[in-house]
Amino acid sequence: MTQYVHKEHVKNDINTTKLTLQEKIFPFLYRYGTLLVILLTVIGFSLANDKFLSYQNFTDILRSVSIITLLAIGVTISLIVGGFDLSVGSTASLATVTSAAALVLYRQETIIAILIPIAIGLLVGLLNSFFVVKVRLPDLLATLAVMYIINGLHLTFTKGFSIYNNMPLSEGGTAPGVFLPSFLFIGQGEIWSVPVPVIIMLIAVIVVHVILQQTRFGRLLYITGGNEEAARLSGVPVQRYKMYAYLLSAFFATLAGILLAARIGTGQVSAGAPLLMDGVAAAFIGFSVFGAGKPNVIGTFVGAVLIGILLNGLTMLNVPYYAQDIVKGSILIGALAFMYYEKKK
Amino acid sequence: MTILSLTSIQKSFGEQIVLKGVDFTVRGGEVHALLGANGAGKSTLMKILSGDYERDGGVIKLDEEELLLKTPAHAKDAGIEIVVQEVDTALVSSLSIAENVTMNSFISGPAFFSWKKRFKVAQELLKRVGLHLDPALPLSQCSLAEKQLVLIAKAISQDISFIILDEPTAALSTNEAQHLFSVLVELQKQGVGIIYISHRLPEIMELSTKVTVLKDGYVTLQKETSDCSSEEIVRAMLGNELVELLNDEEARILGDTLLEVQQFSVPATGESVSLSVREGEIVGVAGLVGAGKTETARALFGADPSKDTIYLKGKEVRISNPQKAISAGISFVPEERRKEGILVDYNVVENLTLPVLKQFTRFGFIQRKREKTEAEKWIKQLGIKTQKSSLLLNHLSGGNQQKASIGKWLLTDGDVFIFDEPTKGIDVGAKQDVFQCIKNLAANKKGVLYFTSEIQELLAFCDRILIMYDGKIAGELNKNEATTKKIMHYATGGHYDTVCS
Repeated sequence: MTQYVHKEHVKNDINTTKLTLQEKIFPFLYRYGTLLVILLTVIGFSLANDKFLSYQNFTDILRSVSIITLLAIGVTISLIVGGFDLSVGSTASLATVTSAAALVLYRQETIIAILIPIAIGLLVGLLNSFFVVKVRLPDLLATLAVMYIINGLHLTFTKGFSIYNNMPLSEGGTAPGVFLPSFLFIGQGEIWSVPVPVIIMLIAVIVVHVILQQTRFGRLLYITGGNEEAARLSGVPVQRYKMYAYLLSAFFATLAGILLAARIGTGQVSAGAPLLMDGVAAAFIGFSVFGAGKPNVIGTFVGAVLIGILLNGLTMLNVPYYAQDIVKGSILIGALAFMYYEKKK
Repeated sequence: MTILSLTSIQKSFGEQIVLKGVDFTVRGGEVHALLGANGAGKSTLMKILSGDYERDGGVIKLDEEELLLKTPAHAKDAGIEIVVQEVDTALVSSLSIAENVTMNSFISGPAFFSWKKRFKVAQELLKRVGLHLDPALPLSQCSLAEKQLVLIAKAISQDISFIILDEPTAALSTNEAQHLFSVLVELQKQGVGIIYISHRLPEIMELSTKVTVLKDGYVTLQKETSDCSSEEIVRAMLGNELVELLNDEEARILGDTLLEVQQFSVPATGESVSLSVREGEIVGVAGLVGAGKTETARALFGADPSKDTIYLKGKEVRISNPQKAISAGISFVPEERRKEGILVDYNVVENLTLPVLKQFTRFGFIQRKREKTEAEKWIKQLGIKTQKSSLLLNHLSGGNQQKASIGKWLLTDGDVFIFDEPTKGIDVGAKQDVFQCIKNLAANKKGVLYFTSEIQELLAFCDRILIMYDGKIAGELNKNEATTKKIMHYATGGHYDTVCS
C-alpha cells in the first residue's frame, strides 16, 4: 500500500508583521471613540459660546437627559435579553397622565400619584412578556402592538386633552386637585443645588450597573440574551428572565413618565412618544462606549449625555430643532459603524 | 476532456484550521468519490469549489486557466454546480417545479419568458433526470428524492462540466438511490465530471472511478477505486488513533440501575423507547442520521419534554424542563455545540460555572474570585487550552469549546451524563481527551449515555450498544458481540446486507 505523503503548507508569519497606523488607531477609536466625540463637542461648543461651559448649563444638560436616560435604561435591559421594547414611549405617556390624573382629577397624595402609575406600568410589562414569552411573538411586533394599544388607551382616558391645574371638567366646574409641591419637587427640586431628577438618574444608573455586572440576576439576563437555547439547556429559566426584563423595562419607562409629569407640571398627552427614539439611540450608542459591543447601562448613560450635549450646544448656536435630528442620526451611525466594523474583523 | 485541479487548498475558521493543504483533481467523465469522517473537511472543500467559501490559499485550475472562485456566480461561470445535502436550502419551495428547474434563466435569461416555453424546457430537463412530474406542481409537494432530482435538473439546465453531490443518498431509499445512480451514470457518459461525497462504502465501490479520503484536513488516500479495498479506505478515514482505543479491554464494575425508561415517548419522533443505564456503565446509542438519536436525548433531558416519566435510582420523576433534569442529576452535552452547548460570546469561566452559578452567589452577588479559582481548577483538569480564563470561547478551537461544553457539567456532579455526538468536528487530540473524560465518569460510578453515529467510537469503549432505527430501538448488542456489520444491520433496518451485495 502506498501511503500518501502530505506536505505542510500552513504559513506562520502573521505575528512578525508590524502594526500599521490603521491597526493602531482603530482599536483606540473603537474603545474611546464616543468619549472622544463628547470631548471634542464640549471643546467645540465652549469655543463657540462662552456660556456653554458653566455649572448652570452643565446641570441643565444633565437635567434634560435624566428622563431619556431612565427610559433608555429600560430599553437597554430589554436589549440585554435579546429583546426590544418599543412600548416604553407609550408607557411613559401613560404614567405621565395617570400620575397627573391621580393628583388633579382624584385629589390623591404624592405617594399614590407615584405608586399607581408604577402598578399600571408593571401591568404593561406583564402584557409585553405575555405576548413575547407565552404567545411567542417576535419582540418587535409584540411591543409595537402594545405601543399602539397603550397610546390609544391613554388618549382614550384623557379624551385627547392634557391634564393641568384648575382644568375645566366636562360635567362643569374645575378639577378638584392640583399638582402638589411635593410631587413637583421630584421634577423641579434641587438638593445641594443638584437637580433631583439628576440624582434619581445617577442612582438608577449606578444601582442597575452594579446589579447587571455583579449579581447572578444580571449575569443570567446577559446569558439569556447571549444564546437562549444554550442558556435553557444549562438550566437557566430563560422565559422568566425575559419576563423580568420586560417588567424592568416598563418600570423604568414609568419612572421616566412620572418624572416628566413632575418636571412640566401637567399631564401632557403623548409626551413620552418623542422620548422613545432618543432612548433607543442612547442605548445603541452605549454599545460602542469602551468597546463593550453589547448593551450596558454606563454606555447608555454616556449615549444619553452625548445626545443631551449636542442638543444643548446646537440650541445655543441657534440651530433649528428640526436640523438637530440630522446630527443625532449621524452620531448614531458613526458609533454603530465603528462597532460593527470592529466586530466583523 | 476538461480537468479541474485543486492544489494545496487551505482554509481556516478563526483558530481552527480545517484544510491544511489539499490536492484534488477531477477529469470530465470521471466519478471521483470524496470520503472522510465528520469534520474531515469534505464539505468545506466543496464549498470552496462551489464559491460559497473563499479559500485562504492554494490554486484552482480549469484545464490551464486559473480560477478565482470567490462567489457562487464564479463557480457557475466555470461550469461547476453543486447539489447540496440540504436540498431545501437550494430550492424555493413556494415556486413551481418548472420555475425551480429553470431558475438560472431568471438570472441570465430574457426578461420575458412565456410560461409555455418554461414548462417545455422544464419538461425536457425533468425527462433527462427521469422524473415524470407535472412541472406546474409546486415544489413543496415533492418528496426529498424528487427535490434532489429537481436540483440536478436545475444544475444541468446549463452546460456544466462538473457536478458536486454532497451525501445525496443519506435520506434515500434503496430504489430511489438506484435511480439516482442511473442518472449519474448517464451524466458521466456525457462527459460530466462528478464529485461524489458519501459515507456509504458499497455505493462508492460500485459507482466511483477514483477515491480521495480526507482526514483532519489532510489527504490520507488518493487512488483508483479498482486498486483499493474497503478496509484500506476505512483505515485512511479513521487513522491509527482509534486502533489504540480498541485495546480498551478493562472490565468495568457495574452498580445499580441509575436511569430507566419504559415505553418512553419521544415527542419529536412520535415513537417510544425503552432503555436503562447502570452506575459505571457506558451505554452507546448508535444510529444513522435521522434515526432519532438527538430527539431521544433531548426528550430524556427535558429539552423537548416527553409526557412520560423516567425512573431515577428507582424513583419515578417527570422531567418537564432542563432545570428539573439538572436538579435530578442529569447532564446533557448537545450535538450543536455552538448553538446549544456553549455561549461563544462569553468567557471560559462564565461558561463553566453557568449551571452551578448559585454556588458562587452570596446575597445575589457573584463571588468572582471564588468562581475564577474553581473554574481554573477545572480548566487545568480538562486540559482546555486557553491563554487565560477570561478569553471568550469564540477564540478557542472546536475541541476546546467541546471540553468547556462537557466541563460545565462536571461542576454539577450529576449522576447521568447524556452525550450527543460529542466528537463532531473536533481534532484527534481533543477526541482522546473527551474519551478519557467519559471513561473517568464511568470510573466514578456515573452512568453515561453516548449517542453517536460513529460506530468505531461505540465499539471502542461502550459496555452495551443500543441501535436506533426510525425512532425505535432496533437492537441491543453487548460489548463482546458487537461488530460494525451487526450494528449496521440494525441501523439500516436490516437492509445492510442487501445494500452490500
